[in-house]
Amino acid sequence: MAIKQISIFVENKPGRLAKITSLLAENSVDIRALSIADTTDYGILRLIVSDPEKAEKVLKEAKMTVSITHVLGIGIPDVPGGFSVAIKTLADAGISVEYAYAFITPDAGKAYVIIRVEDNDAAKKALKDANITVIEQDEIFI
Amino acid sequence: MFFQKEIETMNRKEIETLQLERLKWTVDYCYKNVPFYKNRLDKAGVTADKIKSLDDIKYIPPTTKDDLRDNYPFGLFAQPMKNIVRIHASSGTTGKPTVVGYTKNDLDMWSNCVARLCAAAGATSDDIVQISFGYGMFTGALGLHYGLEKLGATVIPNSSGNTEKALMYMRDFKTTALVATPSYALYMCEVAKSLDYSMDDYNLRLGIFGSEGCTPEMRSLIENGWDLFATDNYGMSELMGPGVSGECVYRDGLHFCEDYFLPEIIDSQTLEVLPEGQTGELLVTTLTKEGIPLLRYRTRDITRLNYEPCQCGRTGVRMDKVKGRSDDMLKIRGVNVFPSQIESVLVGIDGVGPHYQLVVRTQGLVDTLEVKVELVDTAIVDSYSYIEKLQKKIKDNLQVVLGLQCKVSIVEQNTIERFVGKAKRVLDLRNEDVR
Repeated sequence: MAIKQISIFVENKPGRLAKITSLLAENSVDIRALSIADTTDYGILRLIVSDPEKAEKVLKEAKMTVSITHVLGIGIPDVPGGFSVAIKTLADAGISVEYAYAFITPDAGKAYVIIRVEDNDAAKKALKDANITVIEQDEIFI
Repeated sequence: MFFQKEIETMNRKEIETLQLERLKWTVDYCYKNVPFYKNRLDKAGVTADKIKSLDDIKYIPPTTKDDLRDNYPFGLFAQPMKNIVRIHASSGTTGKPTVVGYTKNDLDMWSNCVARLCAAAGATSDDIVQISFGYGMFTGALGLHYGLEKLGATVIPNSSGNTEKALMYMRDFKTTALVATPSYALYMCEVAKSLDYSMDDYNLRLGIFGSEGCTPEMRSLIENGWDLFATDNYGMSELMGPGVSGECVYRDGLHFCEDYFLPEIIDSQTLEVLPEGQTGELLVTTLTKEGIPLLRYRTRDITRLNYEPCQCGRTGVRMDKVKGRSDDMLKIRGVNVFPSQIESVLVGIDGVGPHYQLVVRTQGLVDTLEVKVELVDTAIVDSYSYIEKLQKKIKDNLQVVLGLQCKVSIVEQNTIERFVGKAKRVLDLRNEDVR
């Protein structure tokens, strides 16, 4: 099981993010984490939300270019070197990370990192073997 | 399949003799019945007896769409209303509509032309034909309607709109041929596939398409979707409507009804007649029309004429599919660019939609072309590298087809304007004071 991330193609035009976020708000979809990177003309907005299927549906109905991507989530101790251990584990296993973004949780002392890799299963196995916590969809929204 | 074999297979000499005789008649008829032409011909010093050969047509000044508009509505009619039995008008998307009138003879001639082109395309009296052009002032629907009836086919005057009902008729009446614009035929196919009926419930075998351009890529989409054989035809309301020329089953150019229409190709800048085989703007002179005869009408369509005999046995000159419109043609860094060329590239690329916009700007002293196209493949939304690959592929393909570097912008779905009638896809900012 991986985490379902919403990916949205967004043109660099004023008001686009406002439109997307208000659509989600109107439909009571909670955003837990987000990442946005851009080029000159467009960006990709990536969201971890409370109800990915519903988010995809409402955004599609609003004619957004949207898809669900399966990403990996890990829980790491919020101490110096916490992320380093996890990322080294993946590097040692020959798994490269396309992108990653982190968020902290109400759960004191822990940080969550979303990572995108080619092969989720291989990454998951390597992380589990190194005793790193891999989180599931339902664990994010407790 | 022929409708009027003797006429459709006349040898070139016979055709040209007939055309010269009819050209003289038309010039004389225009001179005597239309003050506008009398004035023009007097100024140019042309009378019917000065026309000794078909080449002498070059002395007659061309007629333009503006001439029709300036004489709105009936100023170019050559007959009193008593003898006019039908009126049609163009959509008027670019200004006042152009209005045309037909005598009984004109309607008879028109249905002959359409019956010929439908027979050439493979239609027979056994066909059940659904007409999905909009009826009304537009010439398309009624033109095909009467021509197909003349051929003996069963005509269903379904008109456009209410697609699901049209599809119901198509299934229940076992419609074998469809008359529509290519884009509507494609849309109908999409709707048909979304319904709870198998595509085997449809019996379409032939498509008689027209009224807008159709790239080969789009044609194969329609053919594969419907499992039919698609043919293209050409015409315009000013000249008559559909039926001026059309494809035979060999689909190697559109055969002209040369006993009724005399085509020429000119350079749209200099107005000089171009030698046989060259590409330029099509001019057409009507040879028998009584309601509104036209001398050297500038169609603005860019094409080429081919006088070689066709495998089908027809001897009428063939025109290439229209390459573009002389008023749509963009000249960018000295290169002629037609929106249709760009369309054909985009249709061939997975992941982007069929709608596009072209923006031309001047940056410094150089013209630039930007092609905007919508991303529809959601599977690649999460990856910059895939989007960039798609962008590069489009750019490279455009470079091959146009011989021009252009900027490709990938935009969100449904953000490029949709057009119900004729699309306006070019935004030329070169003459504007931008910034």
